[in-house]
Amino acid sequence: MKKSDNHMKLYLPSLSVNEGLARQAVASFIAQLNPTIEEISDIKCAVSEAVTNSIVHGYKFKEGIIYIGVKYYSDRTVVIEIKDNGCGIQDVKLAMTPLYTTDTTGERSGMGFAVMQTFMDKLDVRSINGQGVRIVMTKKLS
Amino acid sequence: MTECESIEMVYEKHVLKIKIRGDIDHHSAKGIREKIDSNIFSKRPAMVVLDLSVVEFMDSSGLGLIMGRYATSKEIGANFLIYKPCKRVKKILELAGVERIMEIKGDDDNEEK
Repeated sequence: MKKSDNHMKLYLPSLSVNEGLARQAVASFIAQLNPTIEEISDIKCAVSEAVTNSIVHGYKFKEGIIYIGVKYYSDRTVVIEIKDNGCGIQDVKLAMTPLYTTDTTGERSGMGFAVMQTFMDKLDVRSINGQGVRIVMTKKLS
Repeated sequence: MTECESIEMVYEKHVLKIKIRGDIDHHSAKGIREKIDSNIFSKRPAMVVLDLSVVEFMDSSGLGLIMGRYATSKEIGANFLIYKPCKRVKKILELAGVERIMEIKGDDDNEEK
């Protein structure tokens, strides 16, 4: 396995106030690669979606820890891993259908995974029901 | 400060203009949504304008916020428009196909900063 050039690991409580922090932290880390404004924006958005999912769905506002791992390689590929130990996803394929949401308030758009898929080059979502979710997203910078 | 929830609301000539400052994410949307809805229901405007000209970041929670406020506006029979989303915010709006259901104005002038 190739060794990454640099990496960062963050553990944050599942508080909504940490959504912005997660975005800023990842953006600051990848700034080392001089990404374009659009690349930073895409990555911040994808991170925001994954972290929000962990808070809103995974832990459903209870307190838990969200792990965010970021690394980059010499070919400018950025790999972001976001994990939680929340309730997990029963049917990942269904969850990833655009507009699908388990929310009943009418305030969630169901576009989180669609955003991650569109803004990143690759998206991998694994979950064992009842045991959390692991998301790995990859983007190669220009 | 990224978690700023400040909104400015001006009601004039049956138009309710809502200017949002800061990032729109799940955290900030929480604080904003009720303030907007209570004004829509109390003022009952003919038109609701959501001014996004100074919003530099929005994720799909922002889409939920917009769609919810669009629904509230429609509930009282008001028109709804999004004003001056920047290029990055527009990208998310287009992903959701928002321009097919609601009016977006002033987006040509808001150049990439």
